[in-house]
Amino acid sequence: MPRWIYRRLGDRLFAGVVVALGLGLLLLALLIAYELYSGAAPALGRFGFFGFLQGREWDAVRGVFGAWPALLGTLITSALALVLAFFPALAAAIYVVELAPAWLKEPVAYLVDLLAALPSVVYGLWGLFVLVPPLRAHVESPLYLWAAAHAPGVLPLLGPPTGIGLFSATLVLALMIVPYASSLARDALALVPREQREAMYALGATRWEVIRGAVIPYARAGIFSGVVLALARALGETMAVTMLIGNSVELPYSLFGPAATMASLIANEFTEASDDLHLSALVAVGFLLLLIALLTNLVATWILNRMQLEGGRR
Amino acid sequence: MLGMEVMGLRKLALFVLLGIVGLAQAGGVRLTGAGATFPYPLYAKYFAEYEKLTGVRVNYQSIGSGGGVRQLFEQTVHFGASDAPLSDAELKKFKDRYSTDMVHVPTALGAVVPAYNLPGVKKPLNFTGPLLAELFLGKVKTWNDPRIAKLNPGLRLPPLPVTVVHRSDGSGTTYIWTEYLSKVSPEWKERVGFGKSVRWPTGLGGKGNEGVAGLVRQVPGAIGYVELTFALQTKLPYGAVQNRAGKFVLATVETVRKAAELKDFPPDARVSLTDTPAPEGYPISSFTWILVYRDMAKNRAFKRFAEAKALADLLWWISHDAQKYNEPLHYARLPEVAVKVNERNIQSLRFGDRPLR
Repeated sequence: MPRWIYRRLGDRLFAGVVVALGLGLLLLALLIAYELYSGAAPALGRFGFFGFLQGREWDAVRGVFGAWPALLGTLITSALALVLAFFPALAAAIYVVELAPAWLKEPVAYLVDLLAALPSVVYGLWGLFVLVPPLRAHVESPLYLWAAAHAPGVLPLLGPPTGIGLFSATLVLALMIVPYASSLARDALALVPREQREAMYALGATRWEVIRGAVIPYARAGIFSGVVLALARALGETMAVTMLIGNSVELPYSLFGPAATMASLIANEFTEASDDLHLSALVAVGFLLLLIALLTNLVATWILNRMQLEGGRR
Repeated sequence: MLGMEVMGLRKLALFVLLGIVGLAQAGGVRLTGAGATFPYPLYAKYFAEYEKLTGVRVNYQSIGSGGGVRQLFEQTVHFGASDAPLSDAELKKFKDRYSTDMVHVPTALGAVVPAYNLPGVKKPLNFTGPLLAELFLGKVKTWNDPRIAKLNPGLRLPPLPVTVVHRSDGSGTTYIWTEYLSKVSPEWKERVGFGKSVRWPTGLGGKGNEGVAGLVRQVPGAIGYVELTFALQTKLPYGAVQNRAGKFVLATVETVRKAAELKDFPPDARVSLTDTPAPEGYPISSFTWILVYRDMAKNRAFKRFAEAKALADLLWWISHDAQKYNEPLHYARLPEVAVKVNERNIQSLRFGDRPLR
């Protein structure tokens, strides 16, 4: 067989396979979206898309479903967890790349990454049996009692100090997403060229000034993609949140009180939802979750592009 | 010579073939069922013992009552299992579609008990239905409330706040619990109603019996509800509930069985036992049912008569001999009156026009 046939055939085959796989993934995503939409259609048709989105009631007995409490729960826990996780994650990354002695870099990086490998049910159990009791006894109860004595006005904001609820779920969620944010930030920091740092040192900057002025700005796009990954993880996290959040689809939420997220709501009610409308409403919640994930990613990509343009110039 | 050998081979092949056909018809009958998780430990025991006895193999998937009923409607299983009987509307829908009845065969009884965490309280607390409803509506806020103290004279109740714990997942346990509360409290019925998942006015949600029990154990002053089997296995303290006859009854396998000793037991065995009129019965009890098509030939899951026959025999065995396995696993046995109804219903099963018993 002449060689050119082989080469051309091979190239074509390879191109064909790659394109087919790529299109297949795209098709898969579209199919998932379509399936979710068609499953959600009865509920969305009944309440209207925005009616369902804004509906504050979730009552399977009366057949009234609204996604707002669960949506709010997802947004609050994810955003708070991200805020809590960002600085520790960045600090861990800076420590590993800039400060740690060489023999400690690998073990620390490895241990932080290991946090991502722990199954989420383990986080849930740990939260329930290790974190919650001292949190209730030493944080929530004293705060609640103090507030009751000095500022009764904030009591509704604090909510019942049972240890189970929005607060503990958010703490554990933050812990879970640290490795995602940290891992990408570490890679981005490590990719900052030596010259960048040396130039700054040459100007007489201290170590802190170098990190703040030369390293972090250069790596910010990478740090930001870690944040996006962590956010995506937080939006979809199910098991640990379900075990800790107290599962109440009843607004208003409070800091210590129970709440629900979209994922926890689906995990809780899907198996025994025999009524058609109930099932459809749960699928509709899944559809909304998909939309939110899509929206987050689009916004993130847009910001990322802007950041990368300016990244090396400053 | 050669001819005879060929004949021999042919005969052999024929025997082997007949043998295989015979085996397939006599031995390897396999039945598939799906449904409730609540009786799963009991059914696993039943089916293991039944296979030892008869060689009939039963594969049971505990996917939840709702899923079991759906699978049975879709004819992918031979029988379904549910903690709640089908409603009249569902029965009618079924009959319209398949022109045969759905037969309910109760197999055991369970109960739901109020479990709590009150440090220092050793004796089982007394509850009434209306008090449980007020607790779960969030209207009784502390444990030293006079409404609780009145029912428990002589007990020192701590001034702890009440924390309500309920199931967060849809479940038959929630169905039984809320159905009971709806029967004894007009306000509960009006504001919340009953079902597998309801809109809870207050409290924390835990996933599964173990989730509720875990939260109750952790939070001092918590009250939740769990299945009796679970409370007994894990030695969770639980309270007595006043029944309709006015007696405070602590749930045990005996008092749960007595809840089903009804004078007018309905012939289709679809009966709600919550708030039972039985004088000795525990008021938050319920049957768990196996559901089958009356005419099994209408269910495409059945490929031949032997399978239908095997299922009818299995149901008969469960209603009689297998009942001895219930109590060691903390399920109540069927009372005599329910066994009689089962006998009549199992005798009415058929496969096309052939009776099965």
